[in-house]
Amino acid sequence: MAHDYNNILQKLCHHIGRFASSGIEIVPESDLINQLAIDSVKLLNLVMEIEDEFDISVPINVLADVQTVRDLADLIHKIKSAS
Amino acid sequence: MSLLDKLDTGAAARKALLPEGIDVFGTPIEEVYSSTEARVGGRRILFFGTNNYLGLTFAPECLQAAHKAIDSEGTGTTGSRMANGSYSGHRALEKEFADFYHCRSSIVFTTGYQANLAMISGLAGTNDVILIDGDSHASIYDGCRLSGAEIIRFRHNDMADMEKRLRRLGERTRSTLIIVEGIYSMLGDQAPLADIVKIKNSYGSMLLLDEAHSLGVLGQTGQGLVEEAGLIDGVDFITGTFSKSLGSIGGYCVSNHLQLDQIRYVSRPYIFTASPSPATIASTRAALKLLRDGTELRKKLWRNARKLYSRLDELGYLLGPEPGPVIATILHSPQQAMMLWKGLFDYGIYVNLILPPAAPEGNSLVRCSVSAAHTEEQMDYVGNTFAELRKKIFK
Repeated sequence: MAHDYNNILQKLCHHIGRFASSGIEIVPESDLINQLAIDSVKLLNLVMEIEDEFDISVPINVLADVQTVRDLADLIHKIKSAS
Repeated sequence: MSLLDKLDTGAAARKALLPEGIDVFGTPIEEVYSSTEARVGGRRILFFGTNNYLGLTFAPECLQAAHKAIDSEGTGTTGSRMANGSYSGHRALEKEFADFYHCRSSIVFTTGYQANLAMISGLAGTNDVILIDGDSHASIYDGCRLSGAEIIRFRHNDMADMEKRLRRLGERTRSTLIIVEGIYSMLGDQAPLADIVKIKNSYGSMLLLDEAHSLGVLGQTGQGLVEEAGLIDGVDFITGTFSKSLGSIGGYCVSNHLQLDQIRYVSRPYIFTASPSPATIASTRAALKLLRDGTELRKKLWRNARKLYSRLDELGYLLGPEPGPVIATILHSPQQAMMLWKGLFDYGIYVNLILPPAAPEGNSLVRCSVSAAHTEEQMDYVGNTFAELRKKIFK
């Protein structure tokens, strides 16, 4: 279980790195908007990459509760576990 | 941060980006001379960003119908149709829209925005899924949010991407509404409707097509992409607006599904909005006839659209993927877009400026909208001005 979660986190950070401001360290506690400068449009495009990476559906209306990298990893883990 | 502080932060960011002395996103129009010209800041300017595709805003038939309706029925209905009733014009226009599309029925709405809000939120609910193109108009996004359904996006006009996302939904595709647009407002490109219909049929989903920018523009009688592609039977619901080719304000939905009428009783945007004014309905009815019979207007529109698109392409501007009445010049920085917009404005040409995050892929757009009412001279003037600015801004 922990291995799965860490795997998700690692892959997620790789994708976030393509959207975040360069030179900023991405850690689970990083705030997607305020620290990584991922605005609402970037977040929507990031979600499409996440869906393809993990072969899941991530409805964009559940993103309102996502603030940090960890929040997003938790959401992916939850969706993957349910599928 | 307080509620007002948030607004101040946004206002400061906007002021830092935009030039002083011009209200880019609220340009005061002092006097309207015609469907293509007006006075702004004491100068004569050329409208090249309105969506007046067929140039019908001053059509004598529409003006006369609106005047007559005001005189006989007053300036407004002052309430919703559920509470205050349907005027004969509302019912007549609904029948005329249904006849125009050869569909079973139609509903008329007060704005095009409301049509999407009402239809999407009336059709889909909390246990459903809505699959939308990533470049969808804000009214589609907002309708989806209002519905409470799960919203999934696919990459713009990418059919493999759309099908992949449908496949992931499994059995839920049967309670999925797919939404696409005839012509997309940002880049002016068309949806690959034949592929979309084929895919939606194979997954048992429903399809809503928004013809806001394609009504009057595509198809022999101007029905839109659905007519151009010959796929009226493949689309479940068609929405559109009166505020572009029909030159007024309002929206509609047509469908062969019997259940369309039930939208009137379950859709909050329909129930709680005052109905369209008599003058609006009357001018729209007159305009719909002109649109249907407007083969020559469509030919002129497309001649103008192809002419400007090819001129800008030859000049080296980066454009949307295909010619059409919406011609978007894609710029890689807001500053560059601002310079081009301001340059055009200084030459008396008023177009749309679209900055991130409103434009796709983080780009900025300077967007022209071509009309059948634009003259050869006006088209040449705009082309020549773009040529002049190309030398100045991109030297």
